[in-house]
Amino acid sequence: MSAEPVIVARDVRMSYGHVQVLNGVDLTVAPGEVSCIVGPSGSGKSTFLRCVNGLEPVLGGTLRVLGEEVGYELRDGTYHEWSPRRFATFRADIGMVFQRFNLFAHLTALENVACAPVHVTGLPAAEARTLAMEHLERVGLADHAHKRPHQLSGGQQQRVGIARALAMRPKLILFDEPTSALDPELVDEVLEVMKELALGGMTMVVVTHEIGFAREVGDTLFFFADGVVVEQGDPRTMIANPQHARTKAFLSSVL
Amino acid sequence: MAKRAEPFVDAAGTRIPIGRTWHWGRWLAGAAALAVFAWLVGLLVTNPYLDWPTVARYLLDPKILDGVLVTIQISVLATVIGLTLGVLLAVMKLAHNPVLRWLSTLYIWFFRGTPVLVQLIFWYNLAFLFPELVLRVPFTDVGLKWDTNELITGFTAAMLGLGLNLAAYFAEVVRAGIEAVDRGQTEAAYALGMTPGKRMRVIVLPQALRIIIPPTGNEFISMLKTTSLVYVVAGSDLMTNASEIYKGNNRIMELLIVASLWYMLMTAFATVLQGRLERRFGSDAVRLVRAGGLNARVLPQQPAPAARETVP
Repeated sequence: MSAEPVIVARDVRMSYGHVQVLNGVDLTVAPGEVSCIVGPSGSGKSTFLRCVNGLEPVLGGTLRVLGEEVGYELRDGTYHEWSPRRFATFRADIGMVFQRFNLFAHLTALENVACAPVHVTGLPAAEARTLAMEHLERVGLADHAHKRPHQLSGGQQQRVGIARALAMRPKLILFDEPTSALDPELVDEVLEVMKELALGGMTMVVVTHEIGFAREVGDTLFFFADGVVVEQGDPRTMIANPQHARTKAFLSSVL
Repeated sequence: MAKRAEPFVDAAGTRIPIGRTWHWGRWLAGAAALAVFAWLVGLLVTNPYLDWPTVARYLLDPKILDGVLVTIQISVLATVIGLTLGVLLAVMKLAHNPVLRWLSTLYIWFFRGTPVLVQLIFWYNLAFLFPELVLRVPFTDVGLKWDTNELITGFTAAMLGLGLNLAAYFAEVVRAGIEAVDRGQTEAAYALGMTPGKRMRVIVLPQALRIIIPPTGNEFISMLKTTSLVYVVAGSDLMTNASEIYKGNNRIMELLIVASLWYMLMTAFATVLQGRLERRFGSDAVRLVRAGGLNARVLPQQPAPAARETVP
């Protein structure tokens, strides 16, 4: 693709205290691409995703997202840390879907979706309601609009989570193991919604254990181990014929 | 525990009923406790030195009623000051800024570390330190000036003293409430593009209310009675007025009973309110948002029947 990449990571490093989590991640995501990240737990997949929208700080290397160095801006030859407001503006363009859904427990499904358009974008309440309803319909939950998160199943909650992210019209959506906390029979309804999004041309980065999803809709598959990208490529080729020993071991354990 | 009523049936099919068990111990303990209680009440009611008609006469005395009103006013105003300042202190204590954190800790330590009685007397005598209170734009002569002795009456001293003191206690309640809200809520709010302040107002505080509200009722009930300390600064509250009456007629016990009856009535009323508040927010903090609270102005109202009908 000719357009500027949505994410460019070069030698991205991050640690929690003395524990090195990311050891130099290199990857590029082009607009409209569905990138899947797989790898054993503790390999830094989720941490990398959280670096992309600035929920975790990058401590070394460079991470450019939507054309900006995450967390810093260059002024007079020096990099300066972003203000909380600057972070907020940046994140408003990036959707995020969490493993544990993280729906706002005190709001209904409709309010969850309408919340950010009202409080972040400044949309009038009536418009936000219409917008939220459209997005709930899109994920098939229009008739659950007035339920609270605890009244919904895990799969429904996660679909509200996706609608909530979509309502901000993001340029990029990050999925952090979106189906890992779901009962097996609820996984498909969430994957279906994600597939539709992918077909619609949304740029998506998906940390997942669903190899089938990666094979079916992924444009690129990244295999993480020990905080680096060990192998990357076309999902179908890579799943059928992994090159690296770690990839082979991992894929044989999950397939 | 549920009691069995159904009879046993033996092998031959005969029904064998269950007999009554007498809990002699329970009856004895109950009777003894009741006897002691009756004896104590009797001591009071039949006391020849206690003049019940005086109690009845002063129960609705205008001066007593005025005092009740002032007690309610001080309680409500002090609670409002305490709650507002308490939220501010809690947010300061959770801030990244170490200066704010430290100042909040210092405030809480100071106001919890000194007796409220001392604080009341301090505020009442503020004029010794600052004969005039001046609010002036720095480096100019523009500003306002008050005579401290006029401004700090028993009433304002009570309101300030009790309010500032409650803030210190309430700050800890609010902090616990905020910390009890799942970290994922904050992350989701940030991920959607909210600033830290907005996240606090729109997402975290409404959920923290569920934990914050129940103790608030207790604080208010406790405040109703703590106001009696205002007596030392002549705040013309219920206790002050009762004492002024008994200083004149020497009917100390009778007027203490009058005051106690009113405190009990106010407490009972506040307890009923607290019960309602807890039923409303205890299990379900969100209704506040609905009932015209933090989000009601901006968030879509429920339900939206029109939207519901569009469902295919």
